[in-house]
Amino acid sequence: MNIEIAEYLRLDDRFPHILCPGCGIGSAMNAMVRAISESSMNKNEICVVSGIGCSSRVPGYIDCDTFHTLHGRAIPSATGIKLARPEMEVIVIAGDGDLLAIGGNHFIHAARRNLDLTVILINNFNYGMTGGQFSPTTPQGKRGTTAPYGSVERDFNVCEMAKVAGAVFVARSTTYHTPHLKGLIKQAMKKKGFAVIEVVSQCPTLYGRLNRMGDAIKMLEYYRDNSITVTQVKEPKDAEGKIVIGVLWETEAPEYSEVYKKVIDIAQKK
Amino acid sequence: MKKSNPNPVVQTAKTGIEISIIKEFCKGCGICVEFCPKDVLALGSDLKTNCINIEACNGDALCELRCPDFAIFVKNPKKKAIKK
Repeated sequence: MNIEIAEYLRLDDRFPHILCPGCGIGSAMNAMVRAISESSMNKNEICVVSGIGCSSRVPGYIDCDTFHTLHGRAIPSATGIKLARPEMEVIVIAGDGDLLAIGGNHFIHAARRNLDLTVILINNFNYGMTGGQFSPTTPQGKRGTTAPYGSVERDFNVCEMAKVAGAVFVARSTTYHTPHLKGLIKQAMKKKGFAVIEVVSQCPTLYGRLNRMGDAIKMLEYYRDNSITVTQVKEPKDAEGKIVIGVLWETEAPEYSEVYKKVIDIAQKK
Repeated sequence: MKKSNPNPVVQTAKTGIEISIIKEFCKGCGICVEFCPKDVLALGSDLKTNCINIEACNGDALCELRCPDFAIFVKNPKKKAIKK
């Protein structure tokens, strides 16, 4: 088949994928594959790692080095890969339940060390695969199957947490803004250090249905109408109740695998 | 392992823009139909996306980018190929 991105996909034996009709993870995967295809990288230099969950099915469909690990342990596995093969570009793709609930500690410590990973966090606000239980990112008052009267817990602001933990590149986009998301992923892959991209995604089957948000199209229209770019925010009140998209934080810091390499050289007396 | 054999339905416009739809992959979510700025696509009776007005297509490939199922691909000869 004469398709530009076909060499990065397991089109022959894996597709069509198992995700629900209208699921945002497919759009995020689409943007990621295109970002990989447009960056001048050999597919043997890329490793995609994931944990458990809907979004962690993604590496199964991508034709490069992929690794589907334990629940919440995508980042520890990626750390091992990066330290063993520092020349590889390691991409972690995981969901909010995977990366922030069971893998929350790994997430903040990888950010603290500033290891050169690209983390694509697909946030669909619930645990989709197990049936719509509320997750650490479910907004307060929104319903899940285990929160029929609305979640009473406060939710995480992922981007603020990543920034405070020490990530050098923090950005947010939605599945409506796929060209924007593709650009952000390309930027994050070039960045040396821990780069986090939060992708606000739709789960029309569970979260959208339980919260009366309508189908996938209605949810995408909601994201279109309720998002604001970071340059448009002049005062804090502009961002109230809105999804702020764009590059939220960028800085420079020494990268962990390079610092570690120096220690190895000293110990081996090179 | 089961081997799928993607078989795209290809349509070409006078402008040279080519739209291929892989019906086996399409799940009929309607995202491409709703967000097409030129109303080129529509859901057919088989609940899969169909190209009904290819001459109106401006080749922006938003459908291709948003499609969660990798079911639609647009080729625009006017767009320069991305340098590798």
